[in-house]
Amino acid sequence: MSTIETSTLSPAPAISMAEPKDFFALLKPRVMQLVVLTAVCGMALAPGSINPFLAIISIVAIAVGAGASGALNMWYDADIDQNMERTRTRPIPSGRVEPDAALGFGILLSILSVMTLGLVSNWFAAGFLAFTIFFYVVVYSMGLKRSTPQNIVIGGAAGAFPPMIGWAAVTGSVSIESFVLFAIIFLWTPPHFWALALFKMKEYGKVGVPMLPNVAGEASTRRQIFAYSLVLVPVAILPFVMGFAGPVYGAVSIVLGALFLKHAYGVLKMADGDERMIPAKKLFGFSILYLFGLFVTLLAETTVTGLIGAVA
Amino acid sequence: MSEKDKPETVKLTPAEEKARRKRSIAIALTLLVLVGVFYVVSLIKMGS
Repeated sequence: MSTIETSTLSPAPAISMAEPKDFFALLKPRVMQLVVLTAVCGMALAPGSINPFLAIISIVAIAVGAGASGALNMWYDADIDQNMERTRTRPIPSGRVEPDAALGFGILLSILSVMTLGLVSNWFAAGFLAFTIFFYVVVYSMGLKRSTPQNIVIGGAAGAFPPMIGWAAVTGSVSIESFVLFAIIFLWTPPHFWALALFKMKEYGKVGVPMLPNVAGEASTRRQIFAYSLVLVPVAILPFVMGFAGPVYGAVSIVLGALFLKHAYGVLKMADGDERMIPAKKLFGFSILYLFGLFVTLLAETTVTGLIGAVA
Repeated sequence: MSEKDKPETVKLTPAEEKARRKRSIAIALTLLVLVGVFYVVSLIKMGS
């Protein structure tokens, strides 16, 4: 029987060099952190109770579902990822994972996560997760991203659904409170991504993705960032106003909101053609801190209040 | 079967073997965890 040294073949046979960490990178772990945090918040705020083990597995299922949609997004976007500095080291454009393997991995995890959430919590939450994956992969990645500058406004809904899914995992339904949590992330997404798009404008232009700064110009983008920020900040205070978050959250949301507006105003006043884009970079960095700050405070205060209530 | 009729096989390089071993271990661990998770979930569901 003859044998072949794979390294001497040309072209090389498709023997994968991918390691588990490469597949893990396909899941967009940093996005998953936000999904876990916001889904846990939705679950913690929901009325009713759920077995702690089932709660943990539900959160893992939601996170894996989000990761699966990230893998499918990377599979679809591999052609543009390889031409952008920010994304060219991702597993597919760097050659560590074959596109077909990423596709299979994403589909498998999508099915597994939805089935698991359905079996562990309820089928309404599972259906919601399936819709979220569909929305992110088909509606956003395949439909909107390359066709309209409003891509991330509509597509941002996919990233905003996890607290509603967490809420649904406990209650089997959605409510105005969970919708407010959705609205916070939904309104946060445009200023966050457009700040990034401002200082990555040339890269997006190079690969033909119609981000707002490339289509409507810098000045219009800066105005829209500020407009969305003006709406976002009061909406982020709503959980306190509506009574499902405590005074600590109220104070934090006001302080962080004021700082968000300050950064957004800095972007609004940024000079045309500013190459360094320092205010946009500052807003992008602060926006991540802002969202994490809101949800961590919400979760911490809810947990502490619940513990005090249980002891008293 | 003569030597030339035998099918060609691929001999993996050490790096490819190492990567494949890591993938196999990860899949095995994942399956074990899934079995354990569904076992515990079944107990909880039946208990409620």
